[in-house]
Amino acid sequence: MRKPFVREMPATWWLTRRAYFYFMLRELTSVFIAAYCVVLLVFLWKVRHHGQEGVSDFIDTLTSPGWFAFHFLALVAAMYHAVTWFNLTPKVLVLRIGEERVPGWLIAGANYVLWIIVSLLMIWLVLG
Amino acid sequence: MAKSNEPIWWSLFAAGGVVAALFTPALILITGLLLPFLDQGYTIPGLDGVKHGRIHAIVGSAWGRTFLFVVIALSLFHWAHRFRYTLVDLGLKGASRLLAVLCYGSAIVGTVVAAWVLWF
Repeated sequence: MRKPFVREMPATWWLTRRAYFYFMLRELTSVFIAAYCVVLLVFLWKVRHHGQEGVSDFIDTLTSPGWFAFHFLALVAAMYHAVTWFNLTPKVLVLRIGEERVPGWLIAGANYVLWIIVSLLMIWLVLG
Repeated sequence: MAKSNEPIWWSLFAAGGVVAALFTPALILITGLLLPFLDQGYTIPGLDGVKHGRIHAIVGSAWGRTFLFVVIALSLFHWAHRFRYTLVDLGLKGASRLLAVLCYGSAIVGTVVAAWVLWF
């Protein structure tokens, strides 16, 4: 058998179309989320082993412009991930009530409602 | 057909996608933006300031630890799967196996570290 033909693909293929670019952005949101998880682990470590003063110092560090920019970008990335994820759920999940198929907007909408409730609950639990 | 462990990674990726979508935006907002702002003395309507006792109680409780562990671990596996295939799509197809080991390996290390930070 002959070697299968593989078409050359330049590494910049995702810059050639707007849809590809948004696809790449969506994939890269996970990098920000993972980086944030590392920062969160440091925070939790301070909470568990460094007492109130250590936690205060750490929160103080986070007030610098660089950390603010990081968390702002991470928040935008996490929200972009959430929106794209919720909008995909009706395509993955097909629910039926009797013969009727539950419309996609209702499944996505339920996700958004749950998201808002959970987020408010978390803010209230920690800061309220 | 060769046996594949792909379904395991894919399931972790999908579960991670759900928890990352539902919980990480609020977590980032709380620990990355609201706490530092409150610490600086900014007043945010409805919020009273940094409550150390509350934070300690949550991180000390069994449900708080379990919640944080699940969110962190699954989010890391979500990243590992996406990042691996992003690099493959960018032309590192030949290194797919190595990338899998590095990405999923990092997520496993992160999961162990999370358990250690939260329970030990």
